[in-house]
Amino acid sequence: MPAITTAAAPEAPPSPAPGGRRRAAGPLLLLPALVALTLFFVLPLLSILLDSFTDPEPGLGNYASLFTDGYTLRVLGRTLLVALVVTVAGVTLAYPYAYMMTLAGQTARAVMITVVLVPFWTSMLARNFAWMVLMQDGGVVQGLLGLVGLGEVTLLGTTTAVAISMTQVLLPFMVLPMFSVMQQIDRRLLLAGQSLGASRLATFRKVYFPLSLPGVAAGASLVFVLALGFYVTPALLGSPQSSLIAQVISVRTRELLDFGGAGAMGVFMLVVTLAVLAASRRLTGPGAAAGAAHAIAGRNDR
Amino acid sequence: MTTPTSDGGRIELTSLCKRYGSGPLVVDDVTLDIASGEFLTLLGPSGSGKTTTLNMIAGFTDVTSGGIRLGGRDIAPLPPHKRNFGMVFQNYALFPHMTVAQNIAFPLRERRVPKAEIARRVAEVLELVDLTGMDGRRPDELSGGQQQRVALARAVVFSPSVLLLDEPLSALDRKLRQSLQQEIKRLHQELKLTFVFVTHDQDEAMSLSDRIAVFNDGRIEKVGTPADLYRNPGTRFVARFLGESNLFDGSPRPGGGYEWHGCKWAADDSAPPGHDLVVRPERLRLAGTPGEVPERANRVPATVTGLYFQGTHQRVELDYGHGSTGSAVLPPDATGAELRPGGGVIAYWDPGHQVLVTRDPRT
Repeated sequence: MPAITTAAAPEAPPSPAPGGRRRAAGPLLLLPALVALTLFFVLPLLSILLDSFTDPEPGLGNYASLFTDGYTLRVLGRTLLVALVVTVAGVTLAYPYAYMMTLAGQTARAVMITVVLVPFWTSMLARNFAWMVLMQDGGVVQGLLGLVGLGEVTLLGTTTAVAISMTQVLLPFMVLPMFSVMQQIDRRLLLAGQSLGASRLATFRKVYFPLSLPGVAAGASLVFVLALGFYVTPALLGSPQSSLIAQVISVRTRELLDFGGAGAMGVFMLVVTLAVLAASRRLTGPGAAAGAAHAIAGRNDR
Repeated sequence: MTTPTSDGGRIELTSLCKRYGSGPLVVDDVTLDIASGEFLTLLGPSGSGKTTTLNMIAGFTDVTSGGIRLGGRDIAPLPPHKRNFGMVFQNYALFPHMTVAQNIAFPLRERRVPKAEIARRVAEVLELVDLTGMDGRRPDELSGGQQQRVALARAVVFSPSVLLLDEPLSALDRKLRQSLQQEIKRLHQELKLTFVFVTHDQDEAMSLSDRIAVFNDGRIEKVGTPADLYRNPGTRFVARFLGESNLFDGSPRPGGGYEWHGCKWAADDSAPPGHDLVVRPERLRLAGTPGEVPERANRVPATVTGLYFQGTHQRVELDYGHGSTGSAVLPPDATGAELRPGGGVIAYWDPGHQVLVTRDPRT
């Protein structure tokens, strides 16, 4: 979240000398985390990067084969597509849900948050096995689809099953950022819009929706990035024919011992992820931060 | 857009009531006729129903029963965006994702006004509120006073026949509030719109309004010009809420006069029981000894509890005993009683300067 300053708060004067010593000691507090991050994250990442360019032989060979072996590119495309579908479905489901949460009373809101978070608190395996039971041939979902005339649709082992389960699992990551942004939107802006001649719908479209976009962008980028790296769900609910990138990387490293090729895939996904984050950052730029600040300042006025 | 006729800004509220669910009436039988071009203030403490009444006029709150007419036309069934009122909110309610110019252009865009016309009118109204050159700024780059002026500009740019103001100044500090009061007064004179202004600040109401409707407990206690309400508050509530009062809860004596804890006072009008006697602070004089009190004056012993010299005048806080307190406002060089906190004085006044007010307007 961007730092938020309220308009009402006067700027704090710079601390005089006594605070100086405490300040100098401040960065020391970061040291444990920095050491851990360097040891367990930065160094391994650099090693992967190095491997991707040098293993089995120095050069761009691993990256070239990413785009030329036909298989990897298809998996990449499938992974991006699944992540995109999960994100779009998530936004569609979460937006009205988060909006209702801002309108609900205390109790109803607590229940709604719990409903979203329960799958989050459930073990990954239990959740995926539950979906397996539901979506197996002759299972509950198939039965329901049969009732509406869709007949024998095989779900288990398909990319659809994977996407459905991922959407559910990732929903909290979508709902919570949206809710926190929406909650800060001053509802009196909607009254103002109506008093100025815009219908409820027009006010929503021109005032509320633009102000809620930072929450949508935050939720969507979070879900998209998480979806790109999903492993357990596609492994259990999908099939080898519909592997996603995480499975392929796993096979490369553990079975084929192709560390360079796996590293190249990982690095490529990292680049995609950073690009997505940068794009969402642009969407939640300074204007949006100002919007949130205004919403908060407005609440303080009362 | 309709051009406001001479009567276009007239608002008639008839027996307006509001009740949430099966709760008590929040607004109870409010009837009010607001003339076109009038500056009318709905004044009352929080929870008195003034804001709910304004919200019903604006269309944000459904009417439980009663009627709202604008320029003779029933507008109760219309949604807010079709009522063509300008509205100014306490927290400004500017759209944070739009510039000043975009904010002000919003109502014009919604009305499909041509682009060139929009630009012209935005510039015009920016000049009216003295914010020329600010069009590219965002609301969070403006001070509170500037934001409220943008909100005013946005609310009048589409030439509504009525401007509704919901405590527009209460979020500002005192100095800014005074300058914006003048600004609002000037806008009212220049635009000749009907202003319906909600506030809980009696000074604001007194200095701005043509007429004030005092709200208490969902009802209108009294409607009148500021001077009229001050001189003849009519009810105990209005006397207490508008200006300061020395209030004595005694009873009228049979055969004329008024009695309060053994003090017998002359009274011109013979009132029925259930009336308090009110004297405004500036009508009160203080004497040190009974001999200094003029013959015909009504008098009461009092203890000075506080003395405040304020340049143009001095304020004396008084305690009359029996749970009754009040104050006197004297010229800065007033002589007579020797004033010191804790000292005893005799407060007196001309019987013509006292008024009787009912305790409960419903009886």
